[in-house]
Amino acid sequence: MVQAIVFLPLLGAILAGLIALVGAHGRNPSGDEVEHHGDHGHGDAHASAAHDDHGHDDHAHDDHGHGPVEPAAAGSRGAELITTALLFVSAALSWMTLVDVGFNGHDARFQLLPWIFSGELEVWWTLRVDTLTAVMLVVVTTVSSLVHLYSIGYMDEDPNRPRFFGYLSLFTFAMLMLVTADNLVQLFFGWEGVGLASYLLIGFWYQKPSANAAAIKAFVVNRVGDFGFALGIFAIFMLTSSTDFETIFHAAPGLTGKTINFLGWHADALTLTCLLLFMGAMGKSAQFLLHTWLPDAMEGPTPVSALIHAATMVTAGVFMVARLSPLFELAPNAQAVVMFFGATTAFFAATIGLVQNDIKRIVAYSTCSQLGYMFVAMGAGAYSVGMFHLFTHAFFKALLFLGSGSVIYAMHHEQDIRNMGGLWKKIPYTFAVMTVGTLALTGFPLFAGYFSKDAIIEAAYASHNPFSTYAYLLTIVAAGLTSFYSWRLVFKTFFGEPHDQEHYEAAHESPIWMLIPIGVLAVGSVLAGFPFKELFTGPHGVEEFFRESVKMNPHVLEDMEHMPHLLGWLPFVMMVGGFLVSYTFYIRKPYLPVELANTQPMLYQFLLNKWYFDELYEIIFVRPAKWIGYQLWKKGDGFIIDGFGPDGISARVLDVTRNVVKIQTGYLYHYAFAMLIGAAGLITWFMFGFGGQ
Amino acid sequence: MTTWPILSVTTFLPLVGALIVYLSRGDDEAAKRNSRWIALWTTLITFAVSVILVMRFDPANADFQFVEKAAWLATGITYHMGVDGISLPLVILTTAVMPFCIIASWKAITNRVREYMMAFLILETLMIGTFSALDLVLFYLFFEGGLIPMFLIIGVWGGPRRVYASFKFFLYTLLGSVLMLLAIMALYWNGGTTDIPTLMHTAVPRSLQTWAWLAFFASFAVKMPMWPVHTWLPDAHVEAPTAGSVVLAAILLKMGGYGFLRFSLPMFPLASHDFAPLVFTMSAIAIIYTSLVALMQEDMKKLIAYSSVAHMGFVTMGIFAGTMQGVAGGVFQMISHGIVSGALFLCVGVVYDRLHTREIAAYGGLVNRMPLYALTFMIFTMANVGLPGTSGFVGEFMTLLGTFKVSIPTAFFATFGVILSAGYALWLYRKVVFGALVKPSLASMKDLTLRECVTLFPMIALTILFGIYPKPVLDMSAASVQQLVNNYNTAVTAVKAAALLH
Repeated sequence: MVQAIVFLPLLGAILAGLIALVGAHGRNPSGDEVEHHGDHGHGDAHASAAHDDHGHDDHAHDDHGHGPVEPAAAGSRGAELITTALLFVSAALSWMTLVDVGFNGHDARFQLLPWIFSGELEVWWTLRVDTLTAVMLVVVTTVSSLVHLYSIGYMDEDPNRPRFFGYLSLFTFAMLMLVTADNLVQLFFGWEGVGLASYLLIGFWYQKPSANAAAIKAFVVNRVGDFGFALGIFAIFMLTSSTDFETIFHAAPGLTGKTINFLGWHADALTLTCLLLFMGAMGKSAQFLLHTWLPDAMEGPTPVSALIHAATMVTAGVFMVARLSPLFELAPNAQAVVMFFGATTAFFAATIGLVQNDIKRIVAYSTCSQLGYMFVAMGAGAYSVGMFHLFTHAFFKALLFLGSGSVIYAMHHEQDIRNMGGLWKKIPYTFAVMTVGTLALTGFPLFAGYFSKDAIIEAAYASHNPFSTYAYLLTIVAAGLTSFYSWRLVFKTFFGEPHDQEHYEAAHESPIWMLIPIGVLAVGSVLAGFPFKELFTGPHGVEEFFRESVKMNPHVLEDMEHMPHLLGWLPFVMMVGGFLVSYTFYIRKPYLPVELANTQPMLYQFLLNKWYFDELYEIIFVRPAKWIGYQLWKKGDGFIIDGFGPDGISARVLDVTRNVVKIQTGYLYHYAFAMLIGAAGLITWFMFGFGGQ
Repeated sequence: MTTWPILSVTTFLPLVGALIVYLSRGDDEAAKRNSRWIALWTTLITFAVSVILVMRFDPANADFQFVEKAAWLATGITYHMGVDGISLPLVILTTAVMPFCIIASWKAITNRVREYMMAFLILETLMIGTFSALDLVLFYLFFEGGLIPMFLIIGVWGGPRRVYASFKFFLYTLLGSVLMLLAIMALYWNGGTTDIPTLMHTAVPRSLQTWAWLAFFASFAVKMPMWPVHTWLPDAHVEAPTAGSVVLAAILLKMGGYGFLRFSLPMFPLASHDFAPLVFTMSAIAIIYTSLVALMQEDMKKLIAYSSVAHMGFVTMGIFAGTMQGVAGGVFQMISHGIVSGALFLCVGVVYDRLHTREIAAYGGLVNRMPLYALTFMIFTMANVGLPGTSGFVGEFMTLLGTFKVSIPTAFFATFGVILSAGYALWLYRKVVFGALVKPSLASMKDLTLRECVTLFPMIALTILFGIYPKPVLDMSAASVQQLVNNYNTAVTAVKAAALLH
């Protein structure tokens, strides 16, 4: 069953990819000379041969792809339906797995194929299913199948739909490989695989230079994180001679107190390893310092943002820390770092979200901030609580993105909220679900986010982490900020006067393909909370539900229950406060925010420019790298190495030959003298060189 | 074991093919076509014969197999051939890549076709011979002989600066060769033989080890090429015809790595151990330095050439780590790089044949016209970046893993290559393939032809196969690598123990 869950999306990706390829190839003839047009008779033979190489003959849709009139469109529907149907099957099986594993306790491991074997290094392709994985399976396949369905409507004017659906399914496959990994190397495979899919999808509209730039940025910034991840894997292998989770976790308690000499720093082995691995998590989950790629990633189509950059891929870092909880529990210093970065991100991203005007970027910064919350829980040792927020967040954040997509669709690809307004009358359904999403995100009682976010704030308060107070304060403040920017988005989009009359008049509700998925997600944004509360945050529920799959801090869940009641109301107060300020600013007195921005220009510019991180990195990393590269090329290779090497030698040889011509004097005794010197030199060399032995 | 000298047949079949090409005189179209077909069939048959080697090879046996021995020059200098788990993958790589080179030259080469094909066939014999020679003199002959056809391929069929490039290539490699010849003589005086298996078990005095190691190193480091003797490679690649670049990147660069594995580590373990920090430093510098340089290139071939130097840095680092994963990863990385970089040069050749420029700025938006090409190029770009699931990952990962145990700083700095490779490779891809198709010169570009697909698609299959299931290559080399690592470690530990006693 797990094999089916993981590999059905891959099958869909391959089929959709082939349809895309056949269609694209049908439109673009082959030939190797630019001047001549279509004088190569073997074009057709080539097409079939080319696709045989891809194992093309195992599906029946090539005829659609080769259709004479509209080669792409005919196969597109097939590709959409195949991938979507396979994903729904996969999602149904995932829910069954969750019940089977979570409640019936049927954990499983399936070894598929040997991968890298060398000496004591033995890496298998393995599918591992325990409760932690099962939760992720459900999140990934559910959101992915809904996003597939939604995309059928959202992308209906795009000529490259088979390619789009192929990428989406490829992403899902890589993500599933990530969550079912049984060793660090396969985790890394999924990790980089989702990175590839993210790169391809952000750059899906490859004609747009900004999309291409964002795609590369996402990949490279993630690679910075992967740099740490890879080193972490190497360190673990050095310490335990294995990359399998079970072996590592068994060996971990014996590693406490060991040190590694890391570039002159005698670091505690476990702390260092966890920090290196966390660096990978920071990249993938867009944490403070490595967050810059996520807002730019909004260049991709909106369904991609919902699936990859909100619900699934960006949570991979959280999942990784939870998966490696037996290591992190032994490295309290690393946990402190995790909590610090989580809390900082939660606050920092929320402040930027306050002033952004692109509807998708607001939601993107919100995602960044919420991921920070999850890491706070990880740092507190309350892994199940972090997973709870991951679970609920997947629903309401996907909802907010897809809802935003619906708004964008209605407004003909307008994304600036300053040009919107008053839309609730035009698209009431979208308005309703967006409100549900906002309520869930801001933590309105009884909505999903209320349970999970409050639990994280309590965990931060209750933990014994050195940064627990810091994290508690920042997450409380961030809760207020979240409420403000979320309602700002809703007010500016759906209320007030329309700012773009033309688009406003033409605005219309999205097709049914899109409305069903957001409806389902809206239901999920309510139901993902209370029914699961005990499983994720109750001391007994967690023990029975998660069992061995995460190693919780032994006290944190109990301590959370002993929190002062008054403090427990604080997030709610902040949420209401944020709402009220937002209401005043954007409904009652719309001139206030403008005045505030004018009186505080420094602060406003600072936030609007995202704390100037992009500019900073450009100056610190990008330009120096290019400058050094250029200097090394021209000065290092060109001037020094070539100058003193081959070019210099050949020039010297020419000089020498000129001089040699002068030496040839014609006098015999000159030659005899030179011979004598040479013979003496040779003899000396043999006596003191090889002769000496 | 075998009734016929299968290894010699594999080695000298291409030479026979070259002879046939030579005998089929004439300079008209028919003669050109004939020589192309003769060359193709020769390389294909050679490949088929080499497959027999694989089938009969016993991977559990760490020693040399298919051994042939015959009296040759003086006492101690014999005609001695054989392969083990380290050389066989490289032999197969050679025989497998050559047919693609011939096909890739099918239309691109129009003048002096006979001579061109002969040069390639002779080169193939010399390359296979290098990997299977078990006598130092024989090895030297093959190793240095390979210079001549390559020199001619660049110098005769190359680009506008071909003379400069070929002389630079010659100067660099010649310098190393002379030193290596001296070292070979020294080894002969020391051991009384040039038989490689015998020498591998002959203790070499420590001072001679040092000098001989340095002399061999000079030659192999140039071939590899290691920083700072790498500058011949970009020029040679840029000026060489497509197939020349493919052979250069896929096989000739592997001779240096093979030399380290065959000579430096087994024969001079102590010197190797002493000099390992030097190699580590040079490798780490190579990886970062050439990756940074690659970021700024304006010529497609130069960019890939610089990235080759970076990837070879992983090989040298892994080999001198002296750990199982490091050495096995080095061997694997050589095979993987042979496939991937060869394919990347073929990809450049595809657009070069159409537009006759390698300048990155001349391209852009090819995906709009060439979807198959875009897919192919993407796969090899990702393999070059070392994405898991492609063969590029396995080699990089294993070498780094093996090195981390021995030298954390080296592994640390080398891992920066992971970030930088993503930078330059994706930048190249974006500039060439992505974007809108606005340049009028590109408007009539056409997608891959059948001939080009035949050369590229098998390489895609291998790249992905070895990325997901690298076991065939790893198993083939495992026993020999294990023996090499054991011997190396035994020698090093013995000396360390002796040092403690004093």
